[in-house]
Amino acid sequence: MSAVAAFTTFTAVAAPVFQANVDTDKLIPHKFLRKPLSAGYRNFLFYDQRFAEDGSEKDFILNRAPFDKAGILLSGRNFGCGSTREGAIYALQDFGIRCVIAPSFGDIFYANCLQNGLLPVVIGDAQAEKLNAHLEAHPGAQVSVDLAAQTVTLPYGETLRFEIDAQRKEQLLKGLDDIGITQQYSTQIDQFEAAHKKRQPWLFRAQPELTDTRATLKEGVS
Amino acid sequence: MSGKTLFEKIWDSHMIAEREGGEALLYVDRNLLHEGPFYAFDALKREGRQVHRPLQTIAFSDHYVPTTARAMGSAGIKDGEARVMVEQLARNSRATGIVHFGLQDEEQGIMHVAGAELGLCEPGMLMGGADSHTSTNGAFGLFGFGVGASQVKHILATQTLWFSKPKNMRVTVDGTLGPLVSGKDLILAIIAQIGIDGGIGHVIEYAGSAIRALSMEGRMTVCNMTIEAGARSGMICPDQTTYDYLGNTRYGPKGDDWKAALAYWKTLPTDADARFDREVRLDGNALEPMVTWGTNQDEAIGISGRVPEPASFADPARRERAAEAQAYMQIKPGTAMRDIAVDRVFIGSCTNARIEDLRIAAKLAQGQKARVPTIVVPGSMTVKRAAESEGLHEIFLAAGFEWRDAGCSMCTGSNGDKVPSGERCASTSNRNFEGRQGRGSMTHLVSPASAVAAAVTGRLADAREIA
Ligand code: SF4
Repeated sequence: MSAVAAFTTFTAVAAPVFQANVDTDKLIPHKFLRKPLSAGYRNFLFYDQRFAEDGSEKDFILNRAPFDKAGILLSGRNFGCGSTREGAIYALQDFGIRCVIAPSFGDIFYANCLQNGLLPVVIGDAQAEKLNAHLEAHPGAQVSVDLAAQTVTLPYGETLRFEIDAQRKEQLLKGLDDIGITQQYSTQIDQFEAAHKKRQPWLFRAQPELTDTRATLKEGVS
Repeated sequence: MSGKTLFEKIWDSHMIAEREGGEALLYVDRNLLHEGPFYAFDALKREGRQVHRPLQTIAFSDHYVPTTARAMGSAGIKDGEARVMVEQLARNSRATGIVHFGLQDEEQGIMHVAGAELGLCEPGMLMGGADSHTSTNGAFGLFGFGVGASQVKHILATQTLWFSKPKNMRVTVDGTLGPLVSGKDLILAIIAQIGIDGGIGHVIEYAGSAIRALSMEGRMTVCNMTIEAGARSGMICPDQTTYDYLGNTRYGPKGDDWKAALAYWKTLPTDADARFDREVRLDGNALEPMVTWGTNQDEAIGISGRVPEPASFADPARRERAAEAQAYMQIKPGTAMRDIAVDRVFIGSCTNARIEDLRIAAKLAQGQKARVPTIVVPGSMTVKRAAESEGLHEIFLAAGFEWRDAGCSMCTGSNGDKVPSGERCASTSNRNFEGRQGRGSMTHLVSPASAVAAAVTGRLADAREIA
């Protein structure tokens, strides 16, 4: 079973990038989605905000100490809306972010977080605003997350509970990926598929016209 | 007991198992790919896993393909990284037995355009895709959703996916859309009403006489942009319009399969007594052509309107967002939308590059001249051929528009077709995010008719002015 980094407890500097609707184009512009993971995605995060066209650093919170070492990001509503690009997650993680706190997340982004061991934490609007005000007034303030207890402890001592799907929590705590879990259901999958095929055989018909013509097409690739 | 919605019927008929926490294991009938999730193939290889049902996945080269000079194939792609993206999808597809519509395939196109027109999207299907706009195919009465590379990998390895059941919203639009008011205007108005996070956690079913009256192309535009309201997918119950469209496709079911499929499809529409978690209504009669003024899709207004005062929004977060968007877009509150000059026009993307879109555009472009650079990028090579057989390309060329080969192109600029920094573009695509069409680009989302109006006037314009 292949593993995802396990998430148990985590304490780190929290950076407030407190905007609503931070979309995935903002998190990582499309031009970097062609880079191999080995290129390192750290500098692609918020690229247009962090770097000028000539590549020099701009004045953006994540470029400044202590936030350049942030491990937690606080943002506004609908964080990660837009595309399915997982590069957004890779860039956050490569920067060192292991947890994003926001009042709501884009659905696809939220799912992508769970796939990669990045913890999305939903807190209320008012609490997010209070936390933002504190982080801005106290740069470098730390936030602690305890996944098993489903709590975040804020720098002013307040502890908030957050919700997470029970099975997802279990997987994150143990660093298990979905495929290994799904394979435990292989008998049910096979049975389902056989019945489905009987009900809608046309869905499973191999279409020679579709497959054969394509197979003969050359892409200039061997 | 109340009846079921279309979504519930599809959900129930694809559920393999449920588990603690509430997620269900769903069977994926068909899975669509583009060049993006190469990470998924890399990871499968690393983990020593096989593609479980290669015939149920179909790949399209669309994001990185050039829209000019294709004769040399991928060898002709000058940008080395883009070439790698195109070639590795071909290689990965071949190695795993996945059908691939590559750069030189005569039916190549944007996955959300080509798949449907070839008959690969059927009512009742559960369809996964490597792209958020897989929701487009919900226009056929299927449940289509986009996932990231890790879940693409999961589908490839198991033909299933864990999913927590979304809530079900219905948006009903009754009335008759006015002349040159299209599906694009309709969906922009819907997003403006519910907000770009208004659909989070929901699947939206569209209903009402204005929706029923839309062609399949118009319905696809509506379902395409449903994702821009934060929803997981959009759907429309299949009807005669759906069946007529599918009856003419190349790879759709034929003969006895067609009869069996049709009988099944007719059981799918939402039952009269089904209940939705949320209902939204819109008056189709009241709509005018819409255009965005900001950097999110809910920042849209009728073309006769003016850039709103940020202070006019009740919600302080929206107020702040509006002010930031207007600063980025370099526009002032109170400016009439029709007074905003544009630098270029893009007619294309999975939202609006189908044959009907090009027919409307050509009708308006007839006898006109472009004042700003305008490119027309058909959604697929099939669309391109159809347009050429109708002579549409000649109208575009005579108007000074460029006529390109199919791909995503300037929607996101990944193939190099970008809006230069500081330029303003009227675009028929779906995202007006900061930098979406290229760093520093400013995007106004419009319908194909409004795009032609902008091309020939050099500003945002009401197509009814030039018709
Ligand atoms: S046309 Fe644009 S939105 Fe559609 S698939 Fe291509 S890049 Fe994505």
